[in-house]
Amino acid sequence: MTAGFRRRRRSRTVVAEFSGFEADLLRSLASQLIELLRSEAAEPTSDDPLEAMFDFTGPTSAPDDPVLARLFPSAYAHDDEAAGEFRRFTEGTLRTEKATGAGAIIDALDDAGLPAQLTEADDGLEIEVELDLAAARTWMKSLTDVRLALATRLGVEEGDEEVWWAMPEDDPRRHVHDIYEWVGELQETLVRAVTA
Amino acid sequence: MEEEQEVERVSEDAPVAQNPWVTVVWNDPVNLMSYVVFVFQDYFKHPRKKAEKLMMEVHEEGRSTVSSGTREEMERDVQAMHGYGLWATLQKADA
Repeated sequence: MTAGFRRRRRSRTVVAEFSGFEADLLRSLASQLIELLRSEAAEPTSDDPLEAMFDFTGPTSAPDDPVLARLFPSAYAHDDEAAGEFRRFTEGTLRTEKATGAGAIIDALDDAGLPAQLTEADDGLEIEVELDLAAARTWMKSLTDVRLALATRLGVEEGDEEVWWAMPEDDPRRHVHDIYEWVGELQETLVRAVTA
Repeated sequence: MEEEQEVERVSEDAPVAQNPWVTVVWNDPVNLMSYVVFVFQDYFKHPRKKAEKLMMEVHEEGRSTVSSGTREEMERDVQAMHGYGLWATLQKADA
């Protein structure tokens, strides 16, 4: 298992080595995030094609999907109209930004030698990823999005660790929670490596 | 004397008049404490001590006011916080 990110001496970069399986898992999580960000399009929903074409603004109501609702929360807690206006002008930009970030993770893994499809021949494959501060920031943000997505799907709550530990090993939710924890540990090493 | 007091009173009121809106970051069960500190340093350029203090407020009190300014500035800050994956809202300073 990867030891996570560490600061590389004499350069302002951070570096981590992943097994092929781990790199493939990260790529898959990032891909799923992108798919979700594009699923419930942040676009006007006018039936009139001409009207839709000239309406460059975004949605005004919160997304139906709970993950998207968490990624794009209401900016005004007690003012729906102001929240809608805020959303109209920001959600599209934020969606693009988050999809681009997840795309950067995929590109970095691909560039580091992760094959499109892992096979048995890739046993022992090691993927080394080196990030400068800007790339590290992008990874931190995107790993956060991935963790928010997994936690929302699982229904993670404050201080509920024991619930997950008590779950049977073969419960798929436990497996997803293990992945959630793993991404959290990876992110922790990244934050430490950058701020140390 | 009278004048001096008047000046003092005005300067006390000034921050609220100039910064009528605030950005509030709310606690959530997902974000790492270390990451939240990083965000406050990275975006607001706070020194580490201040960033840690704000993070502990979020963690222990459920919320923290992390910035104040005009409504436009606070909308910018909230959008940035959402970009980082933090749960943030803006409101009037006296709300």
